[in-house]
Amino acid sequence: MTVKYTKEHEWVRVEGGVAVIGITEHAAGALGDIVFVELPEAGKAFKQNGEMAVVESVKAASDVYAPVTGEVVEANGSIVDDPASVNADPEGAAWFVKMKLANPSELDAMMDKAAYDAFVETL
Amino acid sequence: MAGKEAKPLKRTPLHGLHLSLGAKMVEFAGYEMPVQYPDGVLKEHLHTRQKAGLFDVSHMGQAFLTTTRATLGSDEAHGDVASAIESLVPGEIRKLKKGGMRYSVLLSEKGGVLDDLMITRPALDGEQGMLFIVVNAAMKDADFALMQSKLGERTKLEIADDRSLLALQGPSAAGVIDAILPGAGAQTFMTMRKYNWNGAVLFASRCGYTGEDGFEISVPDDHVEAFAKKLLAHPDVAPIGLGARDSLRLEAGLCLYGHDLNKEISPVEGAIDFVIGKRRREEGGFPGASRILKELAEGPAKLRVGIKPEGRAPAREGVEIQSADGKRIGEITSGGFGPTVGGPIAMGYVEKAYAATGTSLQLMVRGKALPASVVELPFVPHTYYRG
Repeated sequence: MTVKYTKEHEWVRVEGGVAVIGITEHAAGALGDIVFVELPEAGKAFKQNGEMAVVESVKAASDVYAPVTGEVVEANGSIVDDPASVNADPEGAAWFVKMKLANPSELDAMMDKAAYDAFVETL
Repeated sequence: MAGKEAKPLKRTPLHGLHLSLGAKMVEFAGYEMPVQYPDGVLKEHLHTRQKAGLFDVSHMGQAFLTTTRATLGSDEAHGDVASAIESLVPGEIRKLKKGGMRYSVLLSEKGGVLDDLMITRPALDGEQGMLFIVVNAAMKDADFALMQSKLGERTKLEIADDRSLLALQGPSAAGVIDAILPGAGAQTFMTMRKYNWNGAVLFASRCGYTGEDGFEISVPDDHVEAFAKKLLAHPDVAPIGLGARDSLRLEAGLCLYGHDLNKEISPVEGAIDFVIGKRRREEGGFPGASRILKELAEGPAKLRVGIKPEGRAPAREGVEIQSADGKRIGEITSGGFGPTVGGPIAMGYVEKAYAATGTSLQLMVRGKALPASVVELPFVPHTYYRG
């Protein structure tokens, strides 16, 4: 199963034509204690890099961008109820949304795990 | 940016200690300061409310203002230096008790707040005629220049740039300090005393910026690292960054200059009219008195209030405040998440008609109108020690 990463620190894992999307460990760590998450509703469509969700730490609000073009099929309500879970398991249980991919080739240009880790090292 | 020279950031004498403690450093008021340590803002905030937090606030401006017209050590000398500073602030400084301190504001001729500050009358008889002043880091150069230009030869301003400032805040603070500076635990809120510690003269003031009981301690630069380490050696004391300092003061309903107060806003609008002393209300004689006395009599056009968003979304500085029927009535000046409150909190200015506790408001966050209401400040009760 392939996981791809963006320079905006989102990850995308494709499971049978559906992209599971979240923010990386690095992003969650940099944001600090997350106290609020706003997610789009199912059915909402986004273009790649469109503003899709909001996460807020004690310090600041940050946008989360849609890493791919597509339509939201499910939002993870559990992270809205428990924003701190995004700090605890950002690349696992605390996924943000599942999207139906409109253009799977968008994934080709994204980083794999090794490339993303190398990118984070440069920050 | 074009036309703007990048100045190297200043450092406090505790810079090395912050790095060794794993601090994340950021720019603040021209200084490189710790915004958080590895525990993070949320834990640091809660630790301060439960035990004690140590803050480096050495970037703030400390100074001594002394009369040149009378010999130090007399009540007359105090009266003279107090009268001098009273030409810049609306507080009752003349009748301040020995060892007492006041929160006050420097005013513009238009009655706006140029900065907020602490003014302390020394406890010792021999030091009467001198005031110890602490101002905000971002404003210190302007404040000291204002004092020098407005007070002229009448006073001498000595900037204490060889002194650092620490704050120890929280329910454990008094016990920790008293064990190091015996007697400090008996000091009441808003008093200052001098102590000798390892050959250095420390000024311990029972005050702070968190709503908790605690102290601010002025320490000579060459002793501050040893003193900070002494405090940190206590198991109840943790280092706390500017991130938690901001969330703590917001829960305490305290103003951050440049955000909740600025040179256009009067102390009446800022809901800090307690800074205007009783005698000063009768006599006037401070900058902007005509506006301020009129606002005291008739009420200001707008007022700073506490705001509680109903949902979970924080409303931050700059968010538009609307009445329940959608009319623009003001703006959030400080807002975020209150860790002790466990939800979003804010302060902002609203038109006077909407300032009553319980008034329903709407906050325009990312294009959506979120319901909120005006609430009493502070969000978390103050626990000052009044003896």
